[in-house]
This record gives sequence, structure tokens and C-alpha cells, in this order.
Amino acid sequence: MQLSLSAYLGLSAILFTIGVAGVLLRRNAIVVFMCIELMLNSVNLSLIAFSSYRGDITGQVLVFFVMAVAAAEAAVGLAIVIALFRNKQTVNIDEVNILKW
Amino acid sequence: MVILQRNPVMSAISLIGNFFCLALLYLLLKAQVLAVLQIVVYTGAIMVLVIFVIMLLNLGDETKLTEKFDVRKIAGVVLATGFLLEMLYLFATGDADVPQSANAQEIGTIEAMGSAIFSRFLLPFEVTSLLLLAAIVGAVVLAKKRT
Repeated sequence: MQLSLSAYLGLSAILFTIGVAGVLLRRNAIVVFMCIELMLNSVNLSLIAFSSYRGDITGQVLVFFVMAVAAAEAAVGLAIVIALFRNKQTVNIDEVNILKW
Repeated sequence: MVILQRNPVMSAISLIGNFFCLALLYLLLKAQVLAVLQIVVYTGAIMVLVIFVIMLLNLGDETKLTEKFDVRKIAGVVLATGFLLEMLYLFATGDADVPQSANAQEIGTIEAMGSAIFSRFLLPFEVTSLLLLAAIVGAVVLAKKRT
């Protein structure tokens, strides 16, 4: 079964756009967080597609590192969300404006 | 599905389904190691963490998702759609239709991945371990109760 490279890139673009729309539209910090994971995954998909079609392993190694960074980011981000919820009793990112002066 | 659900748990479950489909696509692209890693790391670790936090914070449904259509949301939809059209236009006009590489079968194996990581990409690999250590310490410090 062979799909063209453009098909994979199109799916990656659609997934990335869903992630962007989620970050822009949703106000729940955890959902925004999951949308960031979605964007990372769409980039992973296009990297693997390029790597597979070009016959170069560098893209797959880069995806490996992206996964490691995503795991680190998930741990730190969720810790921030927990600390935020403990302080302000909300995860709505509109109500978190303590960095504004 | 992920962004349309009002309950965060439902969107998390949709995201897990999405990750499984992506893992199948990786298998289709002959990247076996990364397909397994996708399932183990994303659905096994990250989404468990996300769902754990959702349960811990005991979040209810967002009630005001549909009734609030302000300028910012419309701008968000317009921006996202424009971005999608731009990318699809780029992919449609470029002549990216190369055939799948003949040695795609070999480079997706864990043997090839391992030899690449531990020879050419040894320094980034070690830096990644430092990054993970820093993330662990940072997460513990952030989530610790203030005394």
C-alpha cells in the first residue's frame, strides 16, 4: 500500500491546524496542553514521512528527540497547571493574568 | 474531536485514539521503532499523566464554550483556516511526489536507529538525558506543596 508524500504532508497540515485552532479557541489549560501535543505529533508525522521517502534516518532520530522533549514538556507543564490550580483554583487561562502588570 | 469536546476527559480520549492512528501511519511508513515509541510514550506516559491531572483537579464541563462567540474566537478560526489553506497550497503546488525510498524498510528498524543514535547523534542523546533530568527536578519542585 503506497500513499503519496503529499497525502502525509496534507494530513500533517490538517492535524497541525487542529492543534492551532485548539490553542486559539479553548480556554482550558489542559486542553491547550493536549493541542500542543497534537501539533508536536503532526510535525513528527511529516518528519517520518520525509525520512521514509528520502531514505534518510536523520528524520526518525529527530522524531525520537522530539518525543523526549514532549515528555519533559508534559511533566513540567502539568506540574505548572497543578501549582496554578492550587494557587488560583482555576485552569481557565483567561483568569491567569498574574504576569501582567 | 479533541477541541470540540466540552469535557476534557473526552478530548483526552479522542487524543489517545488519534495517537493510535498516528502510530498505524508510522507503521505504514515503515518506522516500526517510532510506532512502538509513539504508543508507549504518548498514550502510555503522557496521556496517563494528563488524565491523572484532570482527575486530580476534578474539572467539570466548560459550559460557556458554545455561547461565547467573541471577536477573538472568530479571529482564531480565521487564522487557523488561513494557515491550513496556506500549507495545503504549498503542498499542492510543490512537486513533492517522490516514490518511497527503497531502503525505507531497513532504516526504520531498531538496529539502524540505535546505531545512528549512538554514533552520529551521541551528543544530542546525552543532552536529552540532561533535559529529562532537569524536567524531573523541575516538575517535582513545581508540584511540591509550599511549606
